[in-house]
Formats: sequence, structure tokens, C-alpha cells
Amino acid sequence: MIKVSNLSFSYKKGGAPVLAGINLEFDQRSTAIIGQNGAGKTTFVKLLKGLLKPDNGDILIHNVNVKMKTTAAEMAGTIGLVFQNPNDQIFKRTVLEEVMFGPLNINMGKIIAERQAIQALKMVELDDKLEMNPHDLSLSEKKLLCIASVVAMDTDIIILDEPTIAQDIHGKEKIREIIQALKDKHKLVMTIIHDMDFVAENFERTIVFNEGKVLLDGDTRYVFSQKDILREAKVEAPGITQLAEKLGFKQTILTVEEFIQMK
Amino acid sequence: MNKIIVQGLKYKYPLSDMLALDDISFQVNEGEFIGIIGKNSSGKSTLCQALVGLVPHFYKGAYGGKVLVAGLEVKNHSLADISLKVGMVFQNPFTQVTGSKMTVYEEIAFGLENIGVPRKEMIDRIDDVLTLLKIEHVKDHNPFDLSGGQMQRMAIASIIAMKPDILVLDEPTSQLDPAGSEEVFNAIQSLSKQGITVILAEHKMEKVAQYCDRVLLLNDGRVVDVATPEIIFSRDDLETYGVLAPVYTRVCRALGVKKDGSDCYPVTLEAAERVLRKGVPLV
Repeated sequence: MIKVSNLSFSYKKGGAPVLAGINLEFDQRSTAIIGQNGAGKTTFVKLLKGLLKPDNGDILIHNVNVKMKTTAAEMAGTIGLVFQNPNDQIFKRTVLEEVMFGPLNINMGKIIAERQAIQALKMVELDDKLEMNPHDLSLSEKKLLCIASVVAMDTDIIILDEPTIAQDIHGKEKIREIIQALKDKHKLVMTIIHDMDFVAENFERTIVFNEGKVLLDGDTRYVFSQKDILREAKVEAPGITQLAEKLGFKQTILTVEEFIQMK
Repeated sequence: MNKIIVQGLKYKYPLSDMLALDDISFQVNEGEFIGIIGKNSSGKSTLCQALVGLVPHFYKGAYGGKVLVAGLEVKNHSLADISLKVGMVFQNPFTQVTGSKMTVYEEIAFGLENIGVPRKEMIDRIDDVLTLLKIEHVKDHNPFDLSGGQMQRMAIASIIAMKPDILVLDEPTSQLDPAGSEEVFNAIQSLSKQGITVILAEHKMEKVAQYCDRVLLLNDGRVVDVATPEIIFSRDDLETYGVLAPVYTRVCRALGVKKDGSDCYPVTLEAAERVLRKGVPLV
């Protein structure tokens, strides 16, 4: 769905590169991008979405070169990005208007946009707050609202930047269900995330970014088995994986259930 | 000595029908590190705000009971007075930034200027916290150009610089990577060891288990329990309060392995490893 070749980017002309020589292909496997703060994860997804322009290299989405598009608006129907900070995303006066904004903007009819919006708001359990001002929601609700706003646009690619921040177990469960529902519709779900337990339980593929480069890429289980490389990227395997490893388990364990079966 | 005394605290936001805090009572000793846990909307952030006086002075609403912080009764003292004793790091660092300062350095100076710290000392304190939170390299950046993680470090730095007796933190590491969270927790722990009282609302249970002396479990604005992490996370009814115990506790519970000579399950990686090594034969 996405092909990235030899991608480089720096924020200042001639400045230190934030990303250098990135080559990646994305299929429909749900994918987590992990790595330290400052590794270039958010910059990378902004480039995918066309919010930033690469210094070098190409990004092809559905065989269309993102560079050839003059504005991010032209990509908006294909790729949706949920921002890390909901306050950067929210600007309408009611919850319903907020979620309808994206669909209307990509030329969905009003009736369909409203139906899409309400359906997405049901998924995040905010459909009883349609007339509320989004700024009166709690941080965890705002995060869910932003996810709904992008889900309602029904794009083929959905990127979630730190979706689990401020969520309790119920909130995480809702996000888990949304990701599953999107996977069932054959969409590419990508996330930038520091919550490794959530990665282990929900994402098929994991890519480790370090200092603007891809350090490791593969099935999540394989990635979390590479202790030394993870250490180099200053990333930790999930707690349960670490416990199993300390106890001398041969296989890489990703969930509590797997651990108990092995015992 | 009790640094914080909360007695029968009840609070209702304006325009709300429900009590956000309902008959909360607990006490905290000087230098203790307390974790506040509970599902979303259980009252964690509201309780934090009640300790710094934003509840009720800023939010207004109906208020009953008593909150004493460092000897000041919150209801009868201004936010300015309370701010000399208690500092709070907001849940969302983006909302804590003043918006009136052009650099990280000046942003951290803001609180110090407000309480009239002499220039020389201000400079020393700012340099110290820039080093402690590892953000020296961005000191001349505009606060709004920072990444989420850097902004969160700055938000913590600006409060620590004010040297409060009591430090209240609402999910202070949500934007940080695992290594960064560990660093920040270590920094907070070292402040706690220097005698600063720390109150921390948090969803990362592994961190609560590892660092907190005691844990306060909230549900629907009420205190369910205040006890050591081991006692709290070994409760059978934890999930009914929307809280998942650390993964180490869950796995030991599933295998029925308790800590030696206690009725509790292990709550940290090290403790779980210890009991599991002895317990079931390894594959």
C-alpha cells in the first residue's frame, strides 16, 4: 500500500537530518513504530501524510507519488492521521461537528458524513455527547474523539500517534476493538506508541526507529526477541517478555496467556 | 509528621449533578511517595487539583470537608500562598505552558519570577532542573517547538525549580518513551528521598508498583483503599474498579504463586522472577 524509498528529511535546510535513507514497504499488516523520543517517528508519519515534504526520496501510496501532490488535502481521502495532542486537532464547537468535519472535507455528502460520524462516535462511546463542546471533554475522551474523527473518514490508511495516552483499561479495550474493526475492513493501521504491552497484544509488525534510521523491522515476536538491538534503540520489550526471558524461556513470550501455557 | 491531611472532602463541579469527590479522607507523611490510581473519571485529576487549591478556588463549585497541605488549609488560603508549598505538573503539558514566554529557559523562569526568587538563585535553579530533566540542549527553543516528550520534561522542570514541599504530578510521563519515563521516575524518587512529599496520579501500574510507598485506589470519587502496592494489587476485586494489576502480579496470580511468608502477590519484575524461580519447574 505504501512504498518508501531512500527517504531523507531535515527541518532546517542543510541542518542535521531527522530521517536518513529510509526504505520501507507497508502491506495490510497492522504496524507499530517504536523508538525513543526524537527518533523521527512523528516526522516520518507526517511525511507519509504529506504534511511535510521530503528532502530526498519518494513515497508512493497506492502507486501515487506523494511528492506530486501539491497539498496534503489531496491525500486526505487516502490517509488519516490522529495527532498525538488532541488540542492540535480539535476546533469545532460540538462533538458531532468535529467528527463530521473530515468526511465533509473530503466531499462526502452531508447525510453520509453524519452517518459515518455517529457510527464512529458509537465505537468510542461518545454518541451520547454529540452536542457537547469538545473542549469540555476529558483528555482521554478528547483522544477518543480524535480517533473517531479520522475513522469517520473511512480512509484506507489510518495512523494513530500515541493512542493509549491517558486511557484506562476500558479506554484501551475500546481502542483495541477499533483497531480490530479496521483490520477486519482490510485497512492498514499504523501506530506510533511507547506502550509495549499494547504493541505485543495488537500489532503484527513492529518497526524500531533509532536516530532517524530503521534499526529493526519484522514480526512483532521477532522484534521483541532481539534484546541487544532493542537496548541499542533504548526500547524495552514488554514486561511479560522480559520476565519470561529472565526465567530462561526459549520462546519469546508476548502475552500473559502465552506465559501461563508455557509454564 | 503529616504533610497532607484530607478529611471528609466532598466536591462537585459547577453545572454537574454528581460529586466528583465523595467523602475523601487520607493522610500522607512527609517524604512519602503516594500513587493515585483508578479508572478514568474516578476523581484522580480532581483530587490532584484539590491538593493545589485549583479545586475550589479556580473551578468554584460546591466544596465540603478539609484539606491541609503543609499546614495550610486550602479553602482559607489563596492559590498564591498554596503555590509556595505545593507544585503541580499538569496531565497535558500543552495546557501547562504559559504561552507568554519565547524560550524554554524563560518558561522555567516564569514561576520563579512570580514568587520573587532572586536572579542569581533563579539562574542556579534553572540550570539544575535543565540538567536533572536532560533538556539543556533545548533551553533556547520555543516551548511550542518541542516534542511531546521534551515539553513534558519542561513542564516537570518548571515545577521542580520552584522547590515545593509537596509535588503533585498528574500522569507526568504519558508522552515519554520507556527510557525517558524511567529517568523521570528516578528523578522524582530522588526528590522524594530528599524529603519532598510526592503525589502521583498514574495509569502505568508497573511504575506505581516499583516506585510508590503507598497507593490510593479511587473509584467514583471515593477512596476504596490506601495501602502498599502489594496489598492493593493483590486485591481480588481490582478489575471491578477498572484497574489492571502490573503484568507481573497478573501472571503470578494466574499461577497461584504468592510472595514467601505473605498473602500478597509480587508486583515488580524482580520479585516475580524470585518467586517464579522457586515455584514451578521451568520449561
